[in-house]
Amino acid sequence: MLSCKETSLLVSQSLDRRLAWRERIALRMHLLVCGACRSFADQAAFLRTAVRRFGRRANAPEPLRLSQDARERIARELRDKQP
Amino acid sequence: MGAVLRRIHSRPLPVTTQGTAPEAWLDMHGDALFRYALLRAHDRDAAEDLVQDTLLAALRSHRDFAGHSSERTWLIGILKHKLADHWRRLGREAPLETPLDAAETDELLEHLFDAENGDHWRTPPSPWPDPDTALEQQQFWKALSGCIDTLPSAQAQAFALCEIDGVAGAEACKVLDVSPTNLWVMLHRARLRLRQCLEIHWFANVSKE
Ligand SMILES: [Zn+2]
Repeated sequence: MLSCKETSLLVSQSLDRRLAWRERIALRMHLLVCGACRSFADQAAFLRTAVRRFGRRANAPEPLRLSQDARERIARELRDKQP
Repeated sequence: MGAVLRRIHSRPLPVTTQGTAPEAWLDMHGDALFRYALLRAHDRDAAEDLVQDTLLAALRSHRDFAGHSSERTWLIGILKHKLADHWRRLGREAPLETPLDAAETDELLEHLFDAENGDHWRTPPSPWPDPDTALEQQQFWKALSGCIDTLPSAQAQAFALCEIDGVAGAEACKVLDVSPTNLWVMLHRARLRLRQCLEIHWFANVSKE
């Protein structure tokens, strides 16, 4: 039986790679009996949805995007320097 | 190794390997480059300048772009050189040229699970109240980006690149210069931290209301 620590890593990896069938079975067995890891799995999936949507949002808060000013400045610079 | 790398391409890259016209670079890759620069340099002005320098350098050399990697990976490669110049100008060592090793312990992880008790969660996660509603709220996005900001830089880098910018497995390993195993561990740690941060800064308040 996997520990919660191992399970959480597999939950995470299942989002990033294809698990081997052994891993999938071990994961499913653990999730069947462990509510905490099931919650973690839901939350990891939610994080993925949220973060992808975050990346696509045109009007997302600016902390992680180029500001409009910077964007215009860079566009101008690129136009001027176009060979 | 090749087979492993190919397998972790769980989703298609959003950019073509053919390359787009230089005028489209800013729209297509500007934010991704900015995030990459910001999460390393921790300075908005410097990050903006780095994006500009990168795109100008790309403009001068885009005939050399061989199409072996995606356009975004190519641009990030240029950005890395610009970042190195940036640190040199500041007279500092680049803070993160040795990538996080998977074997390196992360204190948070050590704390989350109880080694004395079969590696169970010390504080077991429980379901979040109404997560879908959160996605509709402007404040939630602030909380999320605040949380991404608190990640250690290697994790933030890996997470932003793979999850926000959609650079998948093998490409991400190339850009970050890590093995797939290290990448998975970094993404996992990032998720553990983000879920904890969001729980404290968002979902704890939701359930009280
Ligand atoms: Zn568990």
